Amino acid sequence: MKRFIWHFIALISLLSYAAAQDWIKTGTNLGQQKVRLAAADFQASTQDAKNADLLKVFNDTLWSDLDNAGIFDMVSKSFNPSGTVGSPSDVKFDQWASPPPNAAMLAFGNLGVSGTNVTMQGWLYDVKNTSSPQVLGKQYTDQASPEAARTIAHKFANEIIFRLGGGIAGIAESKIYYVSTRSGNKEIWAMDYDGANQHALTRLGSISLSPHPSPDGSRIAFSSMTKNGWEILMYSTDLNRMVAFPRYGGTNQSPAWSPDGTKIAFTSSRSGDPEIYVVDASGSNLTRVTSYKGPDVSPTWNRKTGSQIAWVSGRTGLPQIYIADADGTNVQRVTDQGYAVSPSWSPNGQFLTFSWIRHYGPGEPGAQDLYLMDVASKQFVQLTHDGGRNDFPSWSPDGRHIVFQSNRSGGLQIWTMLADGTAQKPLTSGANNSQPNWSWK
Amino acid sequence: MNQQTLKRSAFILALGAVMMLSACKKKVAPPPPPPPPPPPAPTASLTASPNTVDKGQSTTLTWQTTNATDVSIDGIGAVQPSGSQQVTPSDSTTYHLVAKGAGGTQEATARVTVNAPPPPPPPPPSVSEEQLFSQQVKDIYFNYDASDIRADQQTALQGDIDFLKQHAGVRITIEGHCDERGSTDYNIALGDSRANAVKTALTQAGITADRIQTLSLGKEKPFCTESNEQCWQQNRRGHFIYQK
Repeated sequence: MKRFIWHFIALISLLSYAAAQDWIKTGTNLGQQKVRLAAADFQASTQDAKNADLLKVFNDTLWSDLDNAGIFDMVSKSFNPSGTVGSPSDVKFDQWASPPPNAAMLAFGNLGVSGTNVTMQGWLYDVKNTSSPQVLGKQYTDQASPEAARTIAHKFANEIIFRLGGGIAGIAESKIYYVSTRSGNKEIWAMDYDGANQHALTRLGSISLSPHPSPDGSRIAFSSMTKNGWEILMYSTDLNRMVAFPRYGGTNQSPAWSPDGTKIAFTSSRSGDPEIYVVDASGSNLTRVTSYKGPDVSPTWNRKTGSQIAWVSGRTGLPQIYIADADGTNVQRVTDQGYAVSPSWSPNGQFLTFSWIRHYGPGEPGAQDLYLMDVASKQFVQLTHDGGRNDFPSWSPDGRHIVFQSNRSGGLQIWTMLADGTAQKPLTSGANNSQPNWSWK
Repeated sequence: MNQQTLKRSAFILALGAVMMLSACKKKVAPPPPPPPPPPPAPTASLTASPNTVDKGQSTTLTWQTTNATDVSIDGIGAVQPSGSQQVTPSDSTTYHLVAKGAGGTQEATARVTVNAPPPPPPPPPSVSEEQLFSQQVKDIYFNYDASDIRADQQTALQGDIDFLKQHAGVRITIEGHCDERGSTDYNIALGDSRANAVKTALTQAGITADRIQTLSLGKEKPFCTESNEQCWQQNRRGHFIYQK
């Protein structure tokens, strides 16, 4: 708790320094009152035998999505008033609005299987506004399956988050691409944002690294060790197979899509030294961006403007974070010490998060933690404090979350947290899972 | 050569010519007719020389008979009363000769043993080029986060250069390896720089670039997996691999 308070103060100071006009959009939401939200268990609307299973999936997923959103003070279900709430006529406003639930908002509804379809009706009520309580009313129909129940819950959660979270789309349907050794080799895998539905995309039997999804989600660029060395490979999520991409010679790795999806920045040692290059998404029009001896790797685009690139350079010794215009001009170094790698630019363009061993050297503790830096002011705050090596941060599409890898629990696993460093939790277990990258929407 | 010697040579040549001519014209006298019977019993002998051969080799059968009019060897057929013949039995064989004459029948046998082909002799214990490579070519080790070749690695590097000059047919891959610290991507780049630093040193010493491939393995395939400096130093290297 002490740490939390210190952390809070640090963020507030950063907030004032950065003169953030819209803190929610900056990606963290401390400093703003969280909406106290209750979610009543949805009720069966038909007599079908499948209802119980689908309701369980739906209710668990909806709760998890709302809780994960990071903008709600969720009312524990044990505080919910007795009696079920399946439709608007069931809502007892005063019971929800007064302690113990003391809710400002209530999500409720019903779900029922009829034939091969499942239909869900859901509402969001402002329980303190008894005269005009309805904020949201939605109905979804899909094939009756647990997967569809999950999807419907994600869609309804996203609607609530969009409505109550300052108009920023929810991330309940977003994906995370990562590297897993579960099949024996380092292959490219994908999962839902909450860790569900983990599955392999590639079966190349080699070493594949750094999967980066295109902004529209149709392609995953990654690097893989082929018989000709390290190449940028391309996987189509539309076709569910590899698609062609040019070979450039030398060691090619760490691809990153520009926010408009038309360009890819990556590292190539085709000249003999690892440098940053930019190509069209088709792989043509190769342009060299950096020219300085020493490794230049891990580019990330300014996701708001697409006009700047941050990357890691070892040109002065230990790797540091640099920023330049996308054509390689106006180079500036943004970290001043230690060992800094793996920058990821926030969706609003204001922040970089990266992995930093700030005090590096003999006799130093050598913790590798994630930091958040305001690009304009170079002010930074530390996001992880819990030991282990924390690396490869990547922003969620709403800018409120960061996914990363950590070995704090022993094996290398993928974790998420809110972008202020709170609510850290693992998404994967077993084998080694690393290098996560969040989808753009 | 004086006159007298010439004359003597001419005489010897002439004498030799006369002797040769008379020898060629000489007729062999017909043998005297055999004495009349009593018909004696035939005799026969059969030998094989050598009587032990390796598979595929031949041996010579030699036989002699007397007082026989009808001589045959099983597997060969009728033969002259005396003679010899080369045979190449595929397996051990007992040759059986039967000599028939007015005075009776006589048999003789000869055993030829055929040895199975011996297993191919083990290759001579000479050291292959690849073994020499693994004995003589040394990996090059690097400092942390560095890809320049240290002074204490120059001896190993010179040994590598000497070997590659002496074995001009040898092609190599240089793998760049890194210790476990730092990010995956940065280490791929660092390993690439290390492999290229070794390649550059070799090409500057006159080894042609087309004999050298490079591959970074970053921290993906460590030689040693403990988290201490001794282990890390083992993993920071340019590793030489022999290519056929």
